[in-house]
Amino acid sequence: MYSFEPNEEQQMLMDAVGKYAANDLRPAAHEAEEVHEFPKKLVNKGWELGLLQASIPESYGGFGDRSAVTGALAVEEMAFGDLAGALSVMTPSLFATPVLMAGSEEQKQEYLPRVIGGEWAPYTAALMEMSFDFDALALKTTAKVEGGKYILNGEKIFVPFAKDAEAMIVYADLNGVTQGFIVVKGSAGLSVSEEREKLMGLNALPMYRVKLENVSASRLGGASGHDFELVLASMRIASAAAAVGVAKSSFEYAKNYAKERDAFGVKIAQKQAIAFMLAEMRTEIEAMRLLTWEAAWKLDNQKEDFCTDAYFAFTGAADMAMMVTDRGVQIYGGHGYIRENPVELLMRNGRGFPMLLGLAIV
Amino acid sequence: MTIEFEAPKPILQQQVMLKTVAENMMRSVSREFDENEHSIPWDYVEFMHTAMKATGSGGGLTVTEEKPREGAEKRPPIGYQKLATQIEMLSWGDVGMYLITPGGGLGAAAVAAAGSPEQKAKFLERFNSDKPTYAAMCMTEAGAGSDTSAIRTRAVLDEAAKEWVINGEKIFVTGGDKSFTEYEKLGKGFIVVWASIDPAAGRAGMRAFVIESGTPGVKINKLEHKMGIRVSDTAAISLVDVRVPFENVLGSPTVEKTNTGFKGAMATFDATRPLVAASGIGVARAALEFLKEKLEENGVKIRYGLPRQKLSNIEREVIDMEIMVKSAWLMVLKAVWMADNKKPNALESSMSKVKAGDVTTKVTQKAVEILGPLGYSRELLVEKWFRDAKITDIYEGTGQINRLVVARQILGYGGSELR
Repeated sequence: MYSFEPNEEQQMLMDAVGKYAANDLRPAAHEAEEVHEFPKKLVNKGWELGLLQASIPESYGGFGDRSAVTGALAVEEMAFGDLAGALSVMTPSLFATPVLMAGSEEQKQEYLPRVIGGEWAPYTAALMEMSFDFDALALKTTAKVEGGKYILNGEKIFVPFAKDAEAMIVYADLNGVTQGFIVVKGSAGLSVSEEREKLMGLNALPMYRVKLENVSASRLGGASGHDFELVLASMRIASAAAAVGVAKSSFEYAKNYAKERDAFGVKIAQKQAIAFMLAEMRTEIEAMRLLTWEAAWKLDNQKEDFCTDAYFAFTGAADMAMMVTDRGVQIYGGHGYIRENPVELLMRNGRGFPMLLGLAIV
Repeated sequence: MTIEFEAPKPILQQQVMLKTVAENMMRSVSREFDENEHSIPWDYVEFMHTAMKATGSGGGLTVTEEKPREGAEKRPPIGYQKLATQIEMLSWGDVGMYLITPGGGLGAAAVAAAGSPEQKAKFLERFNSDKPTYAAMCMTEAGAGSDTSAIRTRAVLDEAAKEWVINGEKIFVTGGDKSFTEYEKLGKGFIVVWASIDPAAGRAGMRAFVIESGTPGVKINKLEHKMGIRVSDTAAISLVDVRVPFENVLGSPTVEKTNTGFKGAMATFDATRPLVAASGIGVARAALEFLKEKLEENGVKIRYGLPRQKLSNIEREVIDMEIMVKSAWLMVLKAVWMADNKKPNALESSMSKVKAGDVTTKVTQKAVEILGPLGYSRELLVEKWFRDAKITDIYEGTGQINRLVVARQILGYGGSELR
C-alpha cells in the first residue's frame, strides 16, 4: 500500500519533539549562535525526549526499535527548532546508531547501555575530512591491520563534542573500503584540537579537529566488519530530513512576515511576486519531504535501491534548503540580512547541507 | 495510518499489462500520428475500448474500485491511485494517444459530478456500448481561459418550447471532434458546454449543458494545429441558436445567491489536477529513461553516490532530473492517496500540478539539450516528448494559476485578498 500519514506513535513523538523545537530550541537559536554555545539545560531537556533511547531495544537498555522513517520525522521536527541545537541533542546518536546497526554483539552490549543509560553524554563520530571533494566512500584517513589490531592514521574535521568525547566512531579507509572504528577517550596518538572549528553557520555546535597518529581502535562489527553503505544512507536521510526542517522553519517565518508587512497599501503576501515565491517554497519542501520519507522507508525495508534513493534525498533536499532559505531572506528584504532576524541564520545553516555529512543519523 | 511506499499488487499487475500496450500499440506508431496530425489511430482506439470493456471499466479511464471478495478483509480504496498510475504509464507510451483513449473524459466527469440520477442514467450508459464513444468539455473561450468568470456563451430558456437556446464560441475542446462529429466506428457522443444563464450573476450564473452529437447549430470550425499532442484533436466550436432539451442542464436551472453549483463542478479539478500531473510525469520519465539508455550506449555511466564535485556535468544533470521526476511522482501519489481516502487535497493537488508542470518541461528540455543532434532530430522521439511535455504546464490550470491556488491555501487568503 501507499500511505502518507505517520502512525499514532510517530505522531505523538512528532508532537513532543515539535513542541520542544518550537518552545525551547527556536527562541534560543539566535543567542546560542552568537555566544557559540547551546545552553546545557536545553540539550538535556531534548535528550530527555528519548529519541535515541526509543530506537534501541530493551536488551541494550532502550525501549524500542530503530526506524529510519520515525527517525526522519523526528529529525525534521527537531531541526525546525534550530539546526545546531538539534545536532547537539542528537550527537550521541552518531555513536550509538552505527553501533546498533553495524556493531558486534559484544560492542552493542558494551556501549549502548552506557550511551543511553543516563544523562546526555558526549559520544560522537568523525567522518569528514578537509578536501573540497570530500567523499565518504574514498577517505584519506586510513586503517591497517597490525598484529591483529586496527591502526588509524589521518585527520578528521567538524567532529562535534570531540573535546570531551568518551568514545567516538572514526571512519577510515581499510583496503579501499570505508569502515567505522571505535576509538576511546585517551587513546595513544589521538589528539583533539584546542580550538573549535569556525564555520559560516552552526556555531552553537562545538566541533573540533581530530588527529590520529597510529591510534589503536576496534572495528565496528568485529573482524568481519560491516556494510558502510547502510550507515551512509542513514546519514544522508538524516541530513535530508534536517534540511526539510530548516527549510520549513524559514518558510514559516517568511510566510508570517509577508502577511504582516505592509507595502503599497497591502500586505506583501498579497503581491503575486511574493505569494508565488511562497507557493514554490512550500511545493519544494513537500517534494523533498516525500523523497526523504521514501528513502527512509526503503532503508527500513531493505529495498534494493535504498542507497541511491538516500543519495537522491540528500542531494535534492540540500538544493531545496538553499533555495528556500535564500528566499526566506529575500522576502524579509533588508531585514532578512540583519542577524536578529531568524531567517538570516537559517540561510547560513541552509548552505551547509551539501557538504556537511555525518553530523546526524537516523 | 502509516508511512508506506509499497505499490499495491493490483497496481503492479496493471502496470505490466499497460507497459505492453504502451510499447506495442503506442510507441510503435507515435511518430506516424505525430506527423499526420488529425488522423485517428483506430487500432489503439478500438483495442482500448475492447480491453476496457472486458475488464469492466467501459466508461474509459475512470476511478474504479474492485469489489471485495466475499469474506475477504476490506482493503483501503486505491481507485485514484490506480488511475494515476494507468495515466502515467499510457503517457509514457504516448501522451497524445492517452488523451484520445475512448470514454467520457471530462464531459462525463461533469455529468457524474453535477448530474441528477436520471441524467447520469441517460448520458453515461453509452460508454459501455459496443463502439468506442467520447464526450468532451467546452469551457475555454477566446477571451476566457483560466478566468472562467469571463465566459460569454449564453443560454436562454425558451419557456414555451421548454428548451435552452445556446449561443457562443468555444475553443480548445479536447476530443471535441470525436465527441461531436459522427464517425461510423464511434458511438454517439456529446459535448458539455459551459454557458451563463444570468450574466449579471457572474460565476453563480454559470451552468453546464449536455449537447448531443449532431445537434443542429453546433459547428466544428477547425481542429487546432499544435506544438505537440497532435494526435489529440483540439476543436474550436461555434454554437448558433443551438436548442437543447430543458432537462439537459446540469444542476439547478435557476440562479441562487450561492454559487455552489459552479464551485461543485470546479471541485472536480482538485481530483483531475494530479491526474494531469501524472500524465506529464509519464512523458518526463520516457525522456529520462531514453536519455539514460543513449548515454549508456555511448559509454557514459552515471555514478550515483559521488559528491557533486566529482561528477561530470552530464551526471549532475541526470541526477537532478531523476530527483525531479521521482519527487514529483511522489507528490502525485500523495494527492491521489488523499483523494482515495476522502481527505481534502486542494493544496496537495495543486502543488503536484505546479511541480509536475515544472519538472516535465525542464526534464524534456534537458533531455533534448544533452542528446544534442539526437535530441533535435525527428528520427527519434525525444523532440516529440519535448513538444508534448509543454502542455502539462498549461492545461488544467497553468502553472501560474496553480501557484495562485497554492498561495491562497497556504496564506489563508481568498480571491479578494490575493488576486
